[in-house]
Amino acid sequence: MAATLPATPYNEPAKMEGTQSQGRPPAPRRAAPWADTLFSVLAHGAAWLTLALLAGIIVSLIIGAAPAIREYGLSFLWTSDWDPVQNKYGGLVMIYGTLITSLIALLIAVPVSFGIALFLTELSPRWLKRPLGTAIELLAAIPSIVYGMWGLLVFSPLLSAYVQLPLQALFGGVPYLGALFSGPPVGIGLLSAGIILAIMIIPFIASVMRDVFEVTPPLLKESAYGLGSTTWEVMWKVVLPYTKTGVVGGVMLGLGRALGETMAVTFVIGNQNQLNSASLFEAANSITSALANEFAEAGEGLHQASLIYLGLVLFFITFVVLACSKVLLAQLKKSEGSKA
Amino acid sequence: MSGPTTIMARQVLQATRESKFARRKRVNAIALTLSLAAMTFGVFWLIWILLETVRLGIGGLSLSLFTQMTPPPQSEDGGLANAIFGSVTMVTLATLIGTPIGILAGIYLAEYGQKTWLGSVTRFINDILLAAPSIVVGLFIYAAVVARMKTFSGWAGVLALALIVIPVVIRTTENMLSLIPNALREAAYALGTPKWKVIMTVTLKSARAGVLTGILLALARIAGETAPLLFTALSNQFWTSDLNSPMASLPVTIFKFAMSPYENWQKLAWAGVFLITIGVLVLNILARTFLRNKH
Repeated sequence: MAATLPATPYNEPAKMEGTQSQGRPPAPRRAAPWADTLFSVLAHGAAWLTLALLAGIIVSLIIGAAPAIREYGLSFLWTSDWDPVQNKYGGLVMIYGTLITSLIALLIAVPVSFGIALFLTELSPRWLKRPLGTAIELLAAIPSIVYGMWGLLVFSPLLSAYVQLPLQALFGGVPYLGALFSGPPVGIGLLSAGIILAIMIIPFIASVMRDVFEVTPPLLKESAYGLGSTTWEVMWKVVLPYTKTGVVGGVMLGLGRALGETMAVTFVIGNQNQLNSASLFEAANSITSALANEFAEAGEGLHQASLIYLGLVLFFITFVVLACSKVLLAQLKKSEGSKA
Repeated sequence: MSGPTTIMARQVLQATRESKFARRKRVNAIALTLSLAAMTFGVFWLIWILLETVRLGIGGLSLSLFTQMTPPPQSEDGGLANAIFGSVTMVTLATLIGTPIGILAGIYLAEYGQKTWLGSVTRFINDILLAAPSIVVGLFIYAAVVARMKTFSGWAGVLALALIVIPVVIRTTENMLSLIPNALREAAYALGTPKWKVIMTVTLKSARAGVLTGILLALARIAGETAPLLFTALSNQFWTSDLNSPMASLPVTIFKFAMSPYENWQKLAWAGVFLITIGVLVLNILARTFLRNKH
């Protein structure tokens, strides 16, 4: 498709005739000559407003966090005391919680999403493609508060009864492995937060994977099939290498989602500022859950500034992750153009 | 080489080939089975969550849900009327504020600045905003509005939600406008139509189904948003239509009630979750069928 419509050639001639008309027919009269300018100004203004919003978010977070940044500097990132009573703050526990839950989520979601994308592009009968694709996308539409409440009241008890207790019985005496599964049998903690995050980001990763798999030139796939490859070999050795930047971009997109997810995590992570055990079942805290729980009650001053500092760290991490994802996906699009 | 050895070599070769082929077929079968399992895994959660929501939520449905205020803990009756009203008010206002800005910026991206630096920067920033953590949006509104006004307020909640609407609407508007064939624009220009009129009466009009879909999706998104409301609109135990005071909303009320140990609160929370889930799913399905019918 001819991508763009140059704006000027259609507008300028009329204007030019108007300004330098000597011996030419008079410029056509318009009902509202200012309307064009006004509309263009409005549209430009809206675009600038979007930029201003991002700038506003960054600036206001930095200003809000300034007292904490002055007080702790970067050591905030690796200090783990969080004690509102003594007014001492360090963000390590929350940053650790955010990173670990997102990591667990990726470990589960990436292979599952790959399987789903493979199924939707290669295996599914044509009539099933649409309903199944929609079902997966609806997973993304469910509000996170629903995931949270379901996770806390339905999923966690089951996780503790059918996963945590057996694991504890099995590995209870084993030195390092046992520590991973210790903790009170309530099913709340890093693991359940990670699992629920995984369910929430599967639709994002799967739909990007499906989209990039579908743009693989049929010629490539058919050549591989023609040489006698199995479906799996075509996917693993032809389609995946061809689309790998897009796949990584999709994974980054999911990671961005997982890092910033608030409500679902707040419900099931347990909201305890501790880092004493390596257990996946011990209550923990993440940046978003700390903000959700403490911010409204935090008095002005260092406590609030430290929380905003945490928000700034979160925004910085997600910004970098999302920017990487955008760049990777854009690269795929470019190379697609040149190969086609 | 003599006859028998060649035959034997051939047989060995044949055997290796067959075993390799069998192995490849096995790997393929295992991989495809796993893929089927992954698909089932995904659909399984959707069905489980929906079933549980319906099972636990439907018991709490009653007329008093819509007529009575949120109750104190451990009382018999009570409803979610003030929370539902607050949610509807804030979501409506946020859509009214966010949609025009989003559509205008989308028009800019598709009609004015496809190739300009402002266009590409805006597109990039918009994608960041689209996926930015919604709790950070809440922090921003807190710093920009709540801290300045010295009070949590319904308006702050409205602005926070509007900020989430804008990127969604920008994205869909731009996508839908860029699907409109250029010949349509050229025909209109050839008739001497000014640009703003071309956009309003030709391109935007042809793309209106898609744009409306975007608005519906944005509505669905903010209807369930909790994080940006936590410290902007806060919550309110009583009925209020004053947007300058803290305002209850369905998601925040659910959050408060679900985390509490009180049985009547939890029951109301399930009823609220049921309402939100149904509402959001209906909006989503509506948006999808709408788009499919028009394109």
